[in-house]
Amino acid sequence: MEASRRLRLLVGKVGLDGHDRGAKIIARALRDAGFEVIYTGLHQTPEMVVQTAIQEDVDGVALSILSGAHNYLFPRVLELLREQGAEDIVVFGGGIIPEEDIPPLQAAGVRGIFTPGTSTESVVAWVKGNVQPRRL
Amino acid sequence: MADENRRSRNRKEWEEHTLRPAKDRAPERDVPFTTVSGMDIGRLYGPEDLGPDWRFEDRLGWPGEYPYTRGIHPTMYRTRTWTMRQFAGFGTARQTNARFRYLLSQGQTGLSTAFDLPTLMARDSDDPMARGEVGREGVAIDSLADMETLFSEIPLDRVSVSMTINAPAAVIFAMFLAVAEKQGVPFAKLEGTLQNDILKEYIAQKEWVYPPRPSLRIITDLMAFCARNVPKWNTISVSGYHIREAGSTAVQELAFTLADGIGYVQAGIAAGLDVDDFAPRLSFFFNAHNDFFEEVAKYRAARRIWARVMRERFGAKNPRSGMLRFHTQTAGCSLTAQQASNNIVRVTVQALAAVLGGTQSLHTNSLDETLSLPTERAVTIALRTQQILAEESGVANTVDPLGGSYFVEALTDRVEREAMDYIERIDRMGGIVAAIEAGFPQKEIADASYRYQQDVDARTKTVVGVNRYVATEDERPEILKIGEEVEREQLQRLAEIRGTRDEAALKSALADLREGASRGDNLIPLMLAAVRRYGTVGEISQAMVPVFGLYREVSVL
Repeated sequence: MEASRRLRLLVGKVGLDGHDRGAKIIARALRDAGFEVIYTGLHQTPEMVVQTAIQEDVDGVALSILSGAHNYLFPRVLELLREQGAEDIVVFGGGIIPEEDIPPLQAAGVRGIFTPGTSTESVVAWVKGNVQPRRL
Repeated sequence: MADENRRSRNRKEWEEHTLRPAKDRAPERDVPFTTVSGMDIGRLYGPEDLGPDWRFEDRLGWPGEYPYTRGIHPTMYRTRTWTMRQFAGFGTARQTNARFRYLLSQGQTGLSTAFDLPTLMARDSDDPMARGEVGREGVAIDSLADMETLFSEIPLDRVSVSMTINAPAAVIFAMFLAVAEKQGVPFAKLEGTLQNDILKEYIAQKEWVYPPRPSLRIITDLMAFCARNVPKWNTISVSGYHIREAGSTAVQELAFTLADGIGYVQAGIAAGLDVDDFAPRLSFFFNAHNDFFEEVAKYRAARRIWARVMRERFGAKNPRSGMLRFHTQTAGCSLTAQQASNNIVRVTVQALAAVLGGTQSLHTNSLDETLSLPTERAVTIALRTQQILAEESGVANTVDPLGGSYFVEALTDRVEREAMDYIERIDRMGGIVAAIEAGFPQKEIADASYRYQQDVDARTKTVVGVNRYVATEDERPEILKIGEEVEREQLQRLAEIRGTRDEAALKSALADLREGASRGDNLIPLMLAAVRRYGTVGEISQAMVPVFGLYREVSVL
């Protein structure tokens, strides 16, 4: 039953940023919503995140970045996914991301960006509407 | 109608004759009456809530006397108001130096340095992991050359300096000492604080290099070095701030912070130091969140617990060992990106709690901190907030104005009791290092933060502008942008330093440091030698990795 396979999501912390409160809350909320969730832990490089995403065969990658390095880290993860032929993995994320940085990140391929004050319900609803199980 | 002549003789009578009919006419609001941490709060507090054993002399005492519940100084702000210390740092050392000099010119009375993430993680700006993060959240410091620029034209014998750095704290401190040498300022005149609180890094902020035990050894080396050479320096700022920001309750913040403090005292004693030689230089750093009375109770309970622990558990004789001095920062995690001007009001309430709780110094957050680093305009409003509290509001006129409030005293007792329960639990686990290795505080905090988020999502906790009173059109405050050129400039500067220093001399200093680390020598003079040769934060920290190893966290969800 391919179609009803549970979504597999990777929640990742990239870069040196140690603020993991948001990542942990999102990981728990997604798990409580019935998805399979893998949490990378802290201080991952984009290469490590992409490698884990492929090994774990996830459908989506959620990145939490509060360090201000989002303009480098998001595009880098997308670029590496493309290199691996895994551009169908949906990349989304959140953090302290100024409004004017959002359109360029979306243009680069980040599908959803959530800023402070977002409820966990709205993230869960967005995932249900925007992430599908990948063809295997 | 209330009976004009009714005078209830006790609570029971009052509840029956006055309260009940009033509730029947107008029921209480259908909301949970709880603190932001989820503590139930009663309708009314009176003498009976203090219990039969409550004695003014034991629980409160006099200001400046054991157990310091009412404050550590007999006159508190009547002699000197708290130090207004705004945390600042961004971009290059040159940019942060300019912000420092601006803040001093605006009446700020001490400096507080924010370092960028690569520096906090003991990585150089050209480390592959540093890409995109150089100078973003704080100032980028690679070598002594950057520290010289950072404190250029700032007289270190007159301005006290706080540095928020932990994993490579000893290396950065060595750089600071080297700058003082160049300015001709004797070490004995230096005043300031090094955060240097590695235990809370494993618990909450997650910036580390080595595992806990070798990290504690570096800290006890620094305590020993300062006791002899830099006597006015605060060697550790034992921090609850980050624990709270990670989502803990007020009680958890207090308990885990004091448990960390106990851990440092135990480490110092185990290293052969006399408790009264180093304990007076330990200071604390707490968060000021929205729940006004809970915060005031937390600060008062903190002083009382620490005084008792130092006297009863560690046998401290010097009264200063048991005097809990603390810095406060308003809660960054309480601020909202939505309707950001409202943050000015939140910060005011939080700052007032810190002041009425008897803080020694204070940082007020800027209204734009959920959006970016603060602009100069936002920082100025934050500083003015403190000046208004200190000089217009009248709250600095008397000592501990809330002392004796039935509610405040009952809440102080309760916060103390609940924090002591945690501390005793940690003792039974074998102390704070064992508790951290077992993931205990990490798990407690993750649970509390998830509960809070669920309350916000369910709107049982209000966040104005986020889950209630939402505006359709939002203001867009101007924000501070850190350009790409900062990283380029810093990389160029680092390359220049690497190209002009005496490599052979540095190599031998790093080899000496590594040997000293395995021999058990005090590491501070060895770090100072490497710093003077323009070794970088990354190089000096890496030199000890073969001896100390690297920390790897087991993540707890």
